[in-house]
This record gives sequence, structure tokens and C-alpha cells, in this order.
Amino acid sequence: MLEIKNLHARIVDDGTEIIRGLNLTVKAGEVAAIMGPNGSGKSTLSYILAGREDYEVTEGDILYNGQSILEMDPAERATAGIFLAFQYPMEIPGVATMEFLKVAMNEQRKARGEEPLKVPEFLKRVKEAAASLSMDMNMLKRPLNVGFSGGEKKRAEILQMKLLEPRLCVLDETDSGLDIDALKIVSDGVNALRSPERAIVVITHYQRLLEHIVPNSVHVLYRGQVIKSGDKSLALDLEANGYAGVIGEAA
Amino acid sequence: MNMHAQPQRTLAETALIDAFGERLSLLPGDGAVMVKRDDAIEAIKHGLPTRRVESWHYTDLRRLLTSVPAFEAGAVVKALAPVLEGSVVLPVLNGVSNTKLPDVEGVTVQRLSEKLTDGSVAPGLERYGDDDAIGALNTAFVADGFFVDIADGAELEKPVELQNLQAGGQSHVRLLARVGAGAKAVIVERQTGEGDEALVSSVSQLVVGDGAEVTWLIVQEQPETATHLAQFKAHIGKDAKLTLFVMNAGGKLVRQEVVVRTTGEGADFKLRGINLLAGDTHTDTTMVLDHAVPHTTSTEVIRNVVTGKARGVFQGRINVHQYAQKTNAKMACNTLLLSDDGEFSTKPELEIFADDVVCGHGATVTEIDHNHLFYLMARGIDEKSARGLLVKAFVAEVIEELDDEALVEALEERLDGWFSTHG
Repeated sequence: MLEIKNLHARIVDDGTEIIRGLNLTVKAGEVAAIMGPNGSGKSTLSYILAGREDYEVTEGDILYNGQSILEMDPAERATAGIFLAFQYPMEIPGVATMEFLKVAMNEQRKARGEEPLKVPEFLKRVKEAAASLSMDMNMLKRPLNVGFSGGEKKRAEILQMKLLEPRLCVLDETDSGLDIDALKIVSDGVNALRSPERAIVVITHYQRLLEHIVPNSVHVLYRGQVIKSGDKSLALDLEANGYAGVIGEAA
Repeated sequence: MNMHAQPQRTLAETALIDAFGERLSLLPGDGAVMVKRDDAIEAIKHGLPTRRVESWHYTDLRRLLTSVPAFEAGAVVKALAPVLEGSVVLPVLNGVSNTKLPDVEGVTVQRLSEKLTDGSVAPGLERYGDDDAIGALNTAFVADGFFVDIADGAELEKPVELQNLQAGGQSHVRLLARVGAGAKAVIVERQTGEGDEALVSSVSQLVVGDGAEVTWLIVQEQPETATHLAQFKAHIGKDAKLTLFVMNAGGKLVRQEVVVRTTGEGADFKLRGINLLAGDTHTDTTMVLDHAVPHTTSTEVIRNVVTGKARGVFQGRINVHQYAQKTNAKMACNTLLLSDDGEFSTKPELEIFADDVVCGHGATVTEIDHNHLFYLMARGIDEKSARGLLVKAFVAEVIEELDDEALVEALEERLDGWFSTHG
């Protein structure tokens, strides 16, 4: 589903190269965990997948279902089924959360040639999704993410993911800022989305999240490259021994 | 030799002076009113204000008012459905208070033409300064309008909507209101029109009695053929609250002056304004607020969206008088500049003569936050729609603060209307 080939990318503003020859393949039905020390390029990779303009791809390609997405803007990527759950979801004053959800769902439906959702059906879906994440509907009456706690923001991201039903989910440090109970709720939400047609990329620092969302593959990112791949035991190994050993092997 | 050349009158000045001569016999008013009218036209004979007059620096009326239409309207105009459902509508159509006066408990309505004829409004025709060009223009020509009196203690269930509508030509209108002690009212001032070139002057005067609560909404949606010169003047009594919401979403040349004075301790004033500016237009909001007694509070928040070649101005002057200790005043003016050809000028002024006060102001000019844009697009909302959402959000924030669902919905509908034609 996702094939990243020899990807090189830099920050547009200052030209700093962050991704330096990254290769990664994630199949439909797979949950891939990407781990790595601070500054290894994990978040950058997630932004590049979503199409953020602050980064420029200088070499290589990203194929989604066999097609390059490099020329697609963020909205086109999203309607094609790519979803990024942000590490730091944006607070947008003045944009009502419900209005935003409705516009986003209907824009995606429009792009797929489907009719817009009728209001009762829309409300029903939002209520169901919110209930499954133990979210209070009153929260959704507020402007988008405004005044949400860190944990509430993360739940709101997963809520959006559930409602938009993407094919490729990228979760950027979704576990940060979550307490144990919230982590469980959010993980259950993600696990409920696991399906043979969907791929999930989980970016995280810690093994903790992977106890709840058990990955099929684990990839270690260091200095903009995947330096080691393995199964879930690799995450346990990193937890026990740190990144130094893996980095040493690769060097 | 002593030869001071009299500056040549502009076409507009000449047209106004000529029109006064022609209209004089038709204008209502007793002797006292006629004296005020004469004074006012004398002020206009001295010339319309230019940018050398400080309060008109950003709106050079003499240069910008290039022509003045004939008096007669081009067409008939009809009253509109009110902004807030169920309102009592008082329409002034082509300058005439054209309605049967309503019978609402606690509300007394009179036609201004009658109050001009009997001279009872003559004292209110005072200009508030030498630079009060709008007051002068209006005093010279005002023919009609309404006086709305809300009885002490009356809590109006229905809003009152004053409509000033024209189909071209000139209309000069006054809308007076007194809200009695302890009364509560929502009043909408609707300023709109259609058709040919128009010159509108409209002066509203409000007295908010002790302990009264008033929300006054000015909804200005003039066509791009109209020059709209308006003034809102208010006195706020002891422990009284006034929220003034001004929405400018139309007009070719617009100046909305807001002149407010707190007259009793505990008075609170809120000004919330949104300027939606498009095309080749000029829109000026100028406020002069006097904190004249101790322990009064005010906040002013103005949000502007500038597109096309539009030019906008906000001047906010807060005078804190010497005895007005414990004044608390905060003013903010934020502009979203969406076009390279548009501009917005902000001039905050604080004149503080008391030593124990909290006053502040801030002004920003920004573009759309590209992080916000990315977030919305990352959810599949295309760039145009995402920008639209963010621009609307920027101004909607001020509306949502009103804390009255019916008001918020009605104003957001006006907002959607503007964005659907200018988005």
C-alpha cells in the first residue's frame, strides 16, 4: 500500500536535509511501528506523507497504491485515503468542531463521488464514534481543539480518523500526553480500525503503545534512514537496551 | 495685498450647498431646528474635511466624495424581513418613516419628522466638534427617522429593527432611542439599499438608562453604489451595559463613527466590529469613547477581512477623564489581509488623565496561518474551502462572543451571505 523509495527531503526554509535515503514498505492489513531517537526524522516523515509544504522532496518517491503522491496537495492525499493523526493537533479558534467534521466528511465524500451525509446520519456517526472513545459530545461544541487537554486532542484525532475511514493511517506520537486509561481507550480505537484493507503506521518513542497496538513490523529510524527492521520483538529489544546497540550495528 | 484664495469648492460641496437651498422649504423643523440647519450648512460651506483634519486623516472626505446624487430616489423600496425573526420592524424608506406605528407594550414610537416640526429634538442636533462633518450633513438635511422610547423596567421580548433603506438618491435619517432605567432591549439598525448612486447620512442617538442592558447591532450592507456616512452616539448610565456590534459589509465609501460616553459609575461598554471589505471601496470605523466617571469599563474588538483593492480604517480613541479612576479599557484591532492591493490603517489613541486605570490596546495584521490551513487540508478540505473556513472563523469568533444563540445564528447567516458572494 505504501512504498517509500530512497526518499531524500529537506526543510524548504533553510535547506537542512532531514530524510536521507529512506526506504519503507507497508502492506495493506499491516501495522508498522516506526521508532527512533529524537531528531531522527520521525515527525518529518509523517508531515511529508501528509504533504506539508515546509518540506521538499529532493530525491526518491512515495508510492501509495502504486501511484506517486508527491505532486498531490494535502487535501488530495487526504481524500485519496491518507490520514495523519498529528502529534500536536492545531487549535483553530472560530472553527466549530462539528462544522469542521461535517465539511471534512462531505468534502471527502464529494471527492469520491458520494452524496453528502444527511444531518441525522452525520450526527449518529459522530455520536457513535465519540461514545466509543469516551468523549463528551459537549466537547465537540467547542471550537476545533480549543481548550482541549493534550489527551482530549489525541482522542479528537482518533475520532476524526474513525469518521473519515482512511486507508493509510499515520499516527505521530499519538501516545504522548496520554495517561494509562486514555492510552487504552485510544489504542482500542485504533485497533478497531485494523482491517485487511487498511495500513497503519505508528510513530512512537516507546514500547508502551505497542503493547496495546501490537505491530506486525518495527522499523528503526535514525538520521533520516531506516537502519533496522524486524518484528515486534525488536521494539522489546530497544526498550531493554536502548537505541545505542542498533545504531552501533548500523554504523 | 491680502489675497487669500478661497479654495475652490468641489462638485460635491457645490451640489450639497445648492441642494440645501432647493430643499429648505421642504425640510421639517421649527425655528430652533432651522437655526441648527443653517449652522450646519455653514460648516459645510467651509469645506468638507480633508486629510489635514486629524480625525479625517485616513478618510479624506473632500477628495473621496466625488459626486452627490440628486435627492429623489431612483425607485420604490420595500421594507425587508428582519435580521432577527419576530422583530418589530420600523422602516425608513427612501428617507421617510413609512409605516404604521406599532403597538408594543413598553415601547413608544414617534416619527422624527414630527419631533423636528415641534422642535423637541433641536437640542440633539448639536455637532460634537468642529470636525463633525457627518453631524453637519445630517443636521442640515435630516427629514425623518424614528424616536423609540422604551419604558423604565420594560424587558422587551421582541427585538426592534430600525431599517434605513434607499433605492438611490439621498436620504438623511436620525434614529433616536431612549432605553429606560432597568429596561432590556435588543435593537437592530439595518442600513442597506439597492440601485443607483446614493448618499446616506444616518445618525443614531441612544441613551441607556441606569441599570439598563442594551444590545445594539448595526448591520450595514449597502450596495457598492452607496456612500454611507453614519454616526452612533450613546450615553451609558449608572450600572448600565451597552454592547454595540457593528458589521460593515458593503458600501462604496463608508464612515461609521461611534461616539460613546459613560455617564454613571459601573457603566460598561462593549464594541465588537467586523469589517468585511471587498472591491474598490473605503470603509472607516472611528470611535471616540469617553470614560467620564470613575469605575467604568470597556472593551473594543474589531476584526477586519480585506480583499480586492479595499481600504479600511479603524481609529479608536479612548479618553479617560481626570476623575475617571478605576477605568478598565481594552482595545484590539486585528486584520486579515488577503490581497496585496488591499490596505488597513489602524490608529489607537489613549488619552488618560486619571492615574489609577488599566488601559491597553493592540493591533495586528496577519495572513492566513499556514499551519491551520495545512491541518484543514490534511482532512481533505480543499484549499479554497479551507481558506474560506479560516477567514470566516477569524470574524466568527467575535460574533460567537455575543452569547445569544439567535443573534449569533442571524449574524453568521449575514456572514455566510457575504462569503457566498465575495469568498
